[in-house]
Amino acid sequence: MSLSNKEVENIAHLARLGVDAQDLDSYASNLSRILEFVEALGAVDTSDVEPLAHPIDMAQRLRPDAVTESDQRELFQRVAPSVEGGLYLVPRVIE
Amino acid sequence: MSVHDKTVAELSAGLAAGEYSSEELTRAFLQRIQGPGNELNAFVTLTEERALEAARAADRRRAASQAGPLTGVPMAHKDIFCTRDVRTSCGSRMLDNFISPYDAHVVEQLNAAGMVSLGKTNMDEFAMGSSNETSYYGPVKNPWDTQAVPGGSSGGSAAAVAARLVPASTGTDTGGSIRQPAALCGITGLKPTYGRVSRYGMIAFASSLDQAGPMARTAEDCALLLEAMAGFDQRDSTCVDQPVPRYSDALNQDLAGVKIGLPKEYFGEGLDAEVARVVDAAIEEYRKLGAEFREISLQNTALAVPAYYVIAPAECSSNLSRFDGVRFGYRCENPQDLEDLYKRSRGEGFGAEVKRRILVGTYALSAGYFDAYYLKAQKVRRLIRDDFLAAFNEVDLILGPTSPTVAFNLGERADDPVSMYLSDVYTIAVNLAGLPGISHPAGFAHGRPVGVQLIGTHFDEARLLNAAHRYQQVTDWHTRAPEAFA
Amino acid sequence: MEWEVVIGLEIHAQLATRSKIFSGASTAYGAEPNTQACAVDLGLPGVLPVLNAEAVNMAIKFGLATGCTVAPRSVFARKNYFYPDLPKGYQISQYELPIVHGGEVLVELEDGSSKRVGLTRAHLEEDAGKSLHEGFEGVTGIDLNRAGTPLLEIVSEPDMRSAKEAVAYMRQIHSLVRYLGICDGNMQEGSFRCDANVSVRPKGQEEFGTRAELKNLNSFRFIERAINFEVERQIDVIESGGQVVQETRLYDADRNETRSMRTKEEANDYRYFPDPDLLPVEIVEADIERARAELPELPDAKRQRFMEQYALSDSDAGQLTASREVADYYEAVVEASAGEGKLAANWVIVELGGALNRSDLDIADSPVSAAQLGGMLKRIADNTISGKIAKDVFEAMWQGEGDADAIIEAKGLKQVTDTGAIEAMVDEAIAANPKQVEQYKAGKEKLLGFFVGQVMKASKGKANPAQVNELLKKRLSD
Repeated sequence: MSLSNKEVENIAHLARLGVDAQDLDSYASNLSRILEFVEALGAVDTSDVEPLAHPIDMAQRLRPDAVTESDQRELFQRVAPSVEGGLYLVPRVIE
Repeated sequence: MSVHDKTVAELSAGLAAGEYSSEELTRAFLQRIQGPGNELNAFVTLTEERALEAARAADRRRAASQAGPLTGVPMAHKDIFCTRDVRTSCGSRMLDNFISPYDAHVVEQLNAAGMVSLGKTNMDEFAMGSSNETSYYGPVKNPWDTQAVPGGSSGGSAAAVAARLVPASTGTDTGGSIRQPAALCGITGLKPTYGRVSRYGMIAFASSLDQAGPMARTAEDCALLLEAMAGFDQRDSTCVDQPVPRYSDALNQDLAGVKIGLPKEYFGEGLDAEVARVVDAAIEEYRKLGAEFREISLQNTALAVPAYYVIAPAECSSNLSRFDGVRFGYRCENPQDLEDLYKRSRGEGFGAEVKRRILVGTYALSAGYFDAYYLKAQKVRRLIRDDFLAAFNEVDLILGPTSPTVAFNLGERADDPVSMYLSDVYTIAVNLAGLPGISHPAGFAHGRPVGVQLIGTHFDEARLLNAAHRYQQVTDWHTRAPEAFA
Repeated sequence: MEWEVVIGLEIHAQLATRSKIFSGASTAYGAEPNTQACAVDLGLPGVLPVLNAEAVNMAIKFGLATGCTVAPRSVFARKNYFYPDLPKGYQISQYELPIVHGGEVLVELEDGSSKRVGLTRAHLEEDAGKSLHEGFEGVTGIDLNRAGTPLLEIVSEPDMRSAKEAVAYMRQIHSLVRYLGICDGNMQEGSFRCDANVSVRPKGQEEFGTRAELKNLNSFRFIERAINFEVERQIDVIESGGQVVQETRLYDADRNETRSMRTKEEANDYRYFPDPDLLPVEIVEADIERARAELPELPDAKRQRFMEQYALSDSDAGQLTASREVADYYEAVVEASAGEGKLAANWVIVELGGALNRSDLDIADSPVSAAQLGGMLKRIADNTISGKIAKDVFEAMWQGEGDADAIIEAKGLKQVTDTGAIEAMVDEAIAANPKQVEQYKAGKEKLLGFFVGQVMKASKGKANPAQVNELLKKRLSD
């Protein structure tokens, strides 16, 4: 599997990841190498195998419906890059 | 013997006997970190004031006869664990300015036990790496040879313990990140069963693989630490609600009749011959202790690294989406619009290896590739787990090398991600299967430490610690210190 | 060409839990921005989701009420996309294995017929936050209080064939979730909203046309308008030789039009995969039985019971059970009136219903309480007041002048049932109108009404009409 620079750009867009144009070649070749490497998976027959998402067979534990959190906005927004009037600010979103 | 040479158990005894105070110990270790330890770059943040405060609190607690075995013993946290009011960087520019508003469960547990954290250790960025070279704060150096890498991703934690800068540290292990640096630095490190230790407040790399564990010089110390770290936490849905055994009480059980499997796939191509000789010698020691060996087969071993490099990047690509420059962390200068904010904040905040993995993971989950990559890897994951479960019907433990080679040189594998990935070939399958594994020192090859890995069945940490402890009772590899840090 | 419209709805009902679906933060509406967004809701590093038991219970209840299969094992998945109101960069939802699937509802249409609408599935997911554009120059403010509020997304089969059917279906689900007590149904606050998948095809054609997804439909009126607009648009596109594009369109209520959403959904590839922070949800028989035991009486059963218990017509029972609030109000009125089922139905539907309509009020905000209305009906039943006077009493209660008894007392509205007094007024009326008496006696019997009117007028409406009638007949035939 070999990825083109265009494909790398598309994936980077999906991941909202800025990649410098001069680095595209090296990303493309590294990613191609990794994908080639993981293609070994294709060799094994898994037609009757269920995918395994968690290593331990356990069911989801449920939490009682109770309000346990109090307002910590001031604490949490201390680490925020841009806030005003309690709101997080981002460049204008056009809908 | 100076205090920095002592193990956690020994320091615990010395504190109990009043030979020194926690404050004295804390000052002594802080001096080691700032003095001889400085060149290793093992720490990214030192919390001197907080440490001394905690030490004095521990001393008061002892004076009030309320001290536990770990009260007053210094340690360090890998910088992946959130520590309230202290920068938690995860080795990344993205979180260089992140002061955590809360403590990780592991941090809470060890604080409650009275341990004194001296600071945060360096690591591969977001725990993605096997050499500590991907850290935003620069690589950590191996105390045995500063040309060599310490392994990763918990490289700072491993180097700090090996260089006697702290008696113990915490690490996390997603594909070998506790065991491989423990092996490369000549210390003991335990990755517990998935679910044994809460992941709350531990910055996620790959959620179905990540597990926190102790790193120290001996199995006994790891037992003491795990007793304190483990425990039910309702904030982590994947954390099991099972009592934590008293691991330190079971250390001296006889190994006679314990059946240990040697997977033939772990002794084949790729294994350094000198490393193999060290492992053989360790097998001989275990045999003398009464263990019985038999060859087993884990036939899908070769697929573990490929499966891992689909699953871990897939999970990480999603886990790392929250780093978007909106609510915390790095934000680019003057974003032009929303897309620019995302792309530059993430592009500038993450390093190359993290970006590679996000891209691989995004690709593996994207329309048209999901079945061939992600789903396929999850199926292979089941095959790999089933291999282990079948093996544990026949044997009690599995033994092999922790890493195929000793520590490689800084920069040696930096250009080829895949060769770097292969350094975790013996550890990765254990994470895929959610099993516990321990690496302990077993000798040297090419003048650098070699680790042996024991793998147990789910929640059988006690047996792993027991076996490694018995081995350490009859060998002294774990007591060797790098000359420059003796 | 004759066109057939095909509509399927995705309804988002906010579940009425106290805390969020994956965190212990409050779901109360209207708090200061970001004061109800905890570390989990904000997606801060290292924090993890834990599932709210009540959200699961509510989803099971919905499944049971609609004949869905409750999945013994369901899985949460991540839907990955970047948007500022989505803190983690993914929404935790359910994809391949939803919590319930495969039910149906019977929807009553305007013409009285009913229509079966299939439910593909209903799944649990978390809501996103809100973007606020007003009051800022060049920036958008993000409030994450709503982030993590539990939603039940109810997905119908494409079974509806007109905007009216779609609205009727949505009303039915709206009524049901409120009956079940799993959603407050408040559309203004966004607790109940929907997206519509709309397509058209030539009548008789098997395969569906290309559909557009309409977003932002948060009132019954808008849905009907938006769908009708969209249907016209699609037919226009096709009839002028074009093709309908599969896309998401936003309904603009101010302009009454739908328009293509260019930005948000562009090149969406959500990369769903099972959330590794959450384990499969296992629901056993005991969980289902517990939910079943908590189920309230559902609309159809209630309607049947109303017909039997209160001797109501099918139509009256239907109107009174259309919403749980109205049904509860009605039964409270019956109780307060000591069993006047029929009378209560009339008053609730006609008088109260009319008054609420005129003032654009919900029954929950009625100025006249069920106890007050019931108390008044009691006075009609025991002949203290006539039905006519009752209207004045009702009006006074509506104006907040107190309970019926107090108003009757204060205004002296008590009906005159004293035969002597009525006789006197009857005699007076007969004496004052000899011409009419003559005509009546000559056979013009409808003049009785005239005399009744005279007596009622003289009594200021308080004379008991039945008694007046009886006495007049008697006297006039003397």
